[in-house]
Amino acid sequence: MPLRAKVATSVSRTAAALSRAAGRGDGSVIGGWIGLKIDPDLLKNLAAGRAIALVSGTNGKTTTTRFTAAALGVLGPVATNSFGANMPTGHTSALAKAGATPFAVLEVDEHYLARVIDETTPRVVALLNLSRDQLDRAKEVAMMAQMWRTALAAHPDVHVVANADDPMVVWAAVNTAHVVWFSAGQRWHDDSFVCPECGSPIERADGDWRCTGCPLRRPQAQWTVEDDGVIDPRGDWHLVKLQLPGHVNLGNAATALAVAAEFGVRPIEAVPRLAGVASVAGRYAQVERDGRNIRLLLAKNPASWLEAFDMAEVAPTLLSINARDPDGFDTSWLYDVDFSPLRGRQVLITGDRAYDLAVRLEVNDVAFRHVHTFDEAVRASPPGRLEVIANYTAFQDIRAELDRVN
Amino acid sequence: MSESTLRIVWIYPDLLSTYGDRGNLLILGRRAALRGIPVETYEVRSDQAMPTTADIYLIGGGEDGPQALAAQRLIADGGLHRAVHQGAAVLAVCAGYQLFGSSFFAKGAKCAGLDLLDLSSDRGETRAVGEVRGDIDPRLGLPPLTGFENHGGRTHLGPGVAPLARVTAGIGNDGQTEGAWHGKILGTYAHGPALARNPAIADLLLRWAIGADSLTPLDDTWADRLRGERLAAAGAA
Repeated sequence: MPLRAKVATSVSRTAAALSRAAGRGDGSVIGGWIGLKIDPDLLKNLAAGRAIALVSGTNGKTTTTRFTAAALGVLGPVATNSFGANMPTGHTSALAKAGATPFAVLEVDEHYLARVIDETTPRVVALLNLSRDQLDRAKEVAMMAQMWRTALAAHPDVHVVANADDPMVVWAAVNTAHVVWFSAGQRWHDDSFVCPECGSPIERADGDWRCTGCPLRRPQAQWTVEDDGVIDPRGDWHLVKLQLPGHVNLGNAATALAVAAEFGVRPIEAVPRLAGVASVAGRYAQVERDGRNIRLLLAKNPASWLEAFDMAEVAPTLLSINARDPDGFDTSWLYDVDFSPLRGRQVLITGDRAYDLAVRLEVNDVAFRHVHTFDEAVRASPPGRLEVIANYTAFQDIRAELDRVN
Repeated sequence: MSESTLRIVWIYPDLLSTYGDRGNLLILGRRAALRGIPVETYEVRSDQAMPTTADIYLIGGGEDGPQALAAQRLIADGGLHRAVHQGAAVLAVCAGYQLFGSSFFAKGAKCAGLDLLDLSSDRGETRAVGEVRGDIDPRLGLPPLTGFENHGGRTHLGPGVAPLARVTAGIGNDGQTEGAWHGKILGTYAHGPALARNPAIADLLLRWAIGADSLTPLDDTWADRLRGERLAAAGAA
């Protein structure tokens, strides 16, 4: 590593440690930011010599990254940005902190994928899904798919592991030389009614889809989910027992197994390691407090709210919504989510934008009670399970109440 | 479908539904139903013929490509024009609002609009993103408008329309006025969605559609709290 990069790495680690010590977060952004100031090529230098997998998409990338890192652990030490700091500063910080490792698995914000591919020369890129997120800021879904497509065209050696169920992902990846398709299901269809290639309507039936105006259609998936297991490309079914709830996490596990297989890890070796993942940066964490078993579910956008309702037990449920910078300021997306699955449950609402939620729940005929603090929510619920579903900063607020549970 | 049933059409949700636009349909339907007015709602996709005899038409926001496509299909279909000329009420939001005018810009090109409102839209120098607030035309007798705007366009009103509101925070059409009003057509840049944040506008559309001077009041405790919070936030921003 060049001297400049060595200095930058060292300063980056120190800054991250200082930030943590000062209680200003986990330091995963500031360290990388300073390091990149000293050496703009630091990420490239830190990535050199490692076999790297990148994981990108609107939803599931933090969990899939965690699963993939666990699976690759079979082969040796793995560097990873496990705090969800998924921009180049976070990648830089994660690699600097990990020291020399033969492998790295990095979660990448979908907007930055092209740049991070350029800088890290990954062996594998996993593309999970694309859907609407942060209405006031994010690029439209079709434009994002185009960016991915262009990025992959510039790197023909990269192996792509991509979701056959999402037309936007398929269109982005379909021309690449090395692609493995997985099927993890797609609950959210509202951003892919229209073909990204030709603009014609997309027809769906029984999990299959095809464009009505051009040859784009669902490719045959080599990795699929069946019952509580995953079928590999040879047709072998593997029971996958996870601590993380929901069908969506089984899909994330299948994706991780497909990525790990590109590195030569067999499912039979990787599966037991997936079972060891209990929570991901507080997500799915269970905390006991005052006789309540509180479980934290993060839901950042319409597609992930649908998944959260699928995972949540029929139990008292606290919903918390903020609209701060990382969340996006426009709360209109609340109307893209059908809250009727919550009817009949005890529902509590809180957060900066609880009133938006109140009006939304009325429209769905979901009865609710507004609480002002997390403690009030805990007191208002009976002993037993309390499901907490919150968007990004609201989730972090509640996590802080629970001593930054991981 | 009986003659007394209120028919509401949501225009092209496959193309124009980027900003929770379904909410306007849900809120209208709910506020009618709570008054005992039978309602039928129709989501008309862009590959379907536009019904001409519904009472209220809703059209929402979207990106440039779908906006241009929606305008082309609505012009070719002609059904929406017939409905408007027969006196249907309309709420058009954001991209849907722009395409009700004579022209708008999408992907750098000038596109023909439906020409159902005397206005045209072009590109502003900056994108208007944030809370928007305005005092609604006093002839409509409504409380202030609140919404969230996110658009790159600027809209210029002709003499054939009145501004829906005078802007007190945010940008709207041009920093001075927001939205447009003519006959039973309302256009606005406000998401929120608009009718969740402005139930009085929902009731105005219902009154126009059924020809009533007033409607039974509803319990709007939560909507009023939301309005109070957002009107104050727009002032502070």
